Amino acid sequence: MQLLTPEGERVAHPHFDIDITPDELRGLYRDMVLVRRADRESNALQRQGQLGIWVPLLGQEAAQIGAGRAMRPRDMAFPSYREHGVAWCRGIDPTELLGIFRGTDHGSWDPMATRFHPYTIVIGNQCLNAVGYAMGQRFDGRIGDGHDSADAEATVVFFGDGATSQGDVNEAFVWGAVYDAPVVFFCQNNQWAISEPMERQSRIPLYQRASGYGFPGIRVDGNDVLATLAVTRWALEECRSGNGPVLIEAFTYRMDAHTTSDDPSRYRLADELEAWKLKDPIERVKAYLHRQQWADGDYFAEVERESDALAARLREYCQRMPVPSADRMFSEVYANGSSAVSAQRDEFLTYLSQFEQTGGER
Amino acid sequence: MSIMTYRQALRDTLRTEMRRDPDVLLLGEEIGVFEGSYKITAGLLAEFGEKRVRDTPIAEEGFTGAAIGAAMLGLRPVVEIMTINFSLLALDQIVNHAAKIYGMFGGQARVPLVIRTPGGGGQQLGATHSQNIELYYAFVPGMKVVAPSNPADAKSLLLAAIRDDDPVLFLENLALYNAKGEVPDDDTPGEIGRAAVTRPGRDITVVAYSRMAAVALTVAERMAQTDGIDIEVVDLRSLRPLDRETVVDSVRRTHCAVVLEDDWLTYGIGAEIAATISDGAFDWLDAPVRRVAMAEVPLPYAKTLETAALPSADDVTTAIRQTLASVGRRAGKDIP
Repeated sequence: MQLLTPEGERVAHPHFDIDITPDELRGLYRDMVLVRRADRESNALQRQGQLGIWVPLLGQEAAQIGAGRAMRPRDMAFPSYREHGVAWCRGIDPTELLGIFRGTDHGSWDPMATRFHPYTIVIGNQCLNAVGYAMGQRFDGRIGDGHDSADAEATVVFFGDGATSQGDVNEAFVWGAVYDAPVVFFCQNNQWAISEPMERQSRIPLYQRASGYGFPGIRVDGNDVLATLAVTRWALEECRSGNGPVLIEAFTYRMDAHTTSDDPSRYRLADELEAWKLKDPIERVKAYLHRQQWADGDYFAEVERESDALAARLREYCQRMPVPSADRMFSEVYANGSSAVSAQRDEFLTYLSQFEQTGGER
Repeated sequence: MSIMTYRQALRDTLRTEMRRDPDVLLLGEEIGVFEGSYKITAGLLAEFGEKRVRDTPIAEEGFTGAAIGAAMLGLRPVVEIMTINFSLLALDQIVNHAAKIYGMFGGQARVPLVIRTPGGGGQQLGATHSQNIELYYAFVPGMKVVAPSNPADAKSLLLAAIRDDDPVLFLENLALYNAKGEVPDDDTPGEIGRAAVTRPGRDITVVAYSRMAAVALTVAERMAQTDGIDIEVVDLRSLRPLDRETVVDSVRRTHCAVVLEDDWLTYGIGAEIAATISDGAFDWLDAPVRRVAMAEVPLPYAKTLETAALPSADDVTTAIRQTLASVGRRAGKDIP
């Protein structure tokens, strides 16, 4: 499914066409430019030793912005660890992601206020958590006929092609299906699970797996923000009206490494990367905005300035994040504390008090 | 003898065994084209081809289960689980199948399976990727668990594990991969279930395995200089079967012990060793057995906190001094 070709030409689709205003499309363009810039800056900060690790989203901006902007405020998102673009759409400032990767915080946003669950590092687990959440939405009567549709809500869970081989994800498909859970399974197929190609995960296209579980699956051009937006809106509406779940396979490409610990030149060819560069998610929107005369050079320069400012803000923020205090590791072991943990903490703090420097200083 | 790293010893041994026995094959995530997340399988795909070096789907329960099936038919699969943390996904296959098939089917099928997997914190990989959960497998009858602390043992125990007819969890450690040591050139397998006295000493026994056994040796050499004490180090090498005799024999000679582990204290392997000493050397003990373990918290990702949470050489030194001090009090004499 595609609505905007890599060359920036609008194409029609009988089921999923979309009306988009110049303002809306400029907004999507801006979103993608800014999240790409935040991603590149964070990657550079890791290379400078300011972050322990970074997980690049480069190339997946359209998939994430399309899905993220299709969600309404009440919808709930369950991310993996690469969904910086979705986080952006949920109103989470890119600075809030830095603390996780610098090791100064565990994610400072409120998942219920932002409707964006904390990042999940373990592959695929969040799919079952999302199904449980969506079952709750259904049991609480937040979906379906007779419900005020403006008030209805659904869940989107994000995972990758590698995760589809995990037992948890397949169990999530079973549970989502048999409980008619209002959950959109949003798979970004970026073609590579670290070094393992798509062929090692599935013989058939991933979206076709949905039919075996009894719900619809659809493949969308994940580098086409309009197509992703249209398909995710439709899928969420299906879920909100009681027809969930839906599987979306956003066909995209991981343009950078799996993480900053990975070196993709060891296992994939530069040709492949070059071919996907021609399908860049941002360039096609820029070309279309130009062609329609919906944006001019001044507009693009303004977005560029805004992205420079964002990058500068990230750099500045990153370096002044406080090192966590020594008692922090004991503070969130149990919700209401524990005498054993408190004893450990006191012993450790007493020990540290013998030194002038506690290790918390820099 | 050659000097090589722990990593090189593992790689060479896998190659040797694959050349020797066509039934040995490797399965795991990223082990072929990528040559392993920690490069243990480097060069093996090129030499042995895809039939024997299998990149698998991202499905730990799947490839562990498939390897069990292959083992039941007589192959000798060596599975790499990228870190021991991911073995949790294969827990049912390991605990309920690999460890029980031989017994529950009346000895009809053996499971000559090796699961190679590294544990260990200290690499800033976060709470879910830094655990030491070999205890879960050492707990299970039918399993064998080995945990070499140096390149020579890595070689001899991997040889033994591959040739063993039971499922063996072969514990590696991220902090040991670059450790260098002398490795014998001959391919004689070690004995699974035999601890080693890696440093004989008179004053106190330190019991450890894997990374902490290496830390123990460093501390022993240092404290010989700084404190003038003679520490005996017992490297367990195997957690199941457990060589209780070597531990008890050592403590009967030194009369006191400190047990090191890289995991949490409560219900840990140190508790099992302390009970072993209590059973076998109670009347010889001059001080309570002390245990050194990590803080009982999910391991922090922040470098400063991670370092603080893990057991260190300083923690070991302190525990040894405390134990010797209480020995001194009991004996009414002033031992440092």
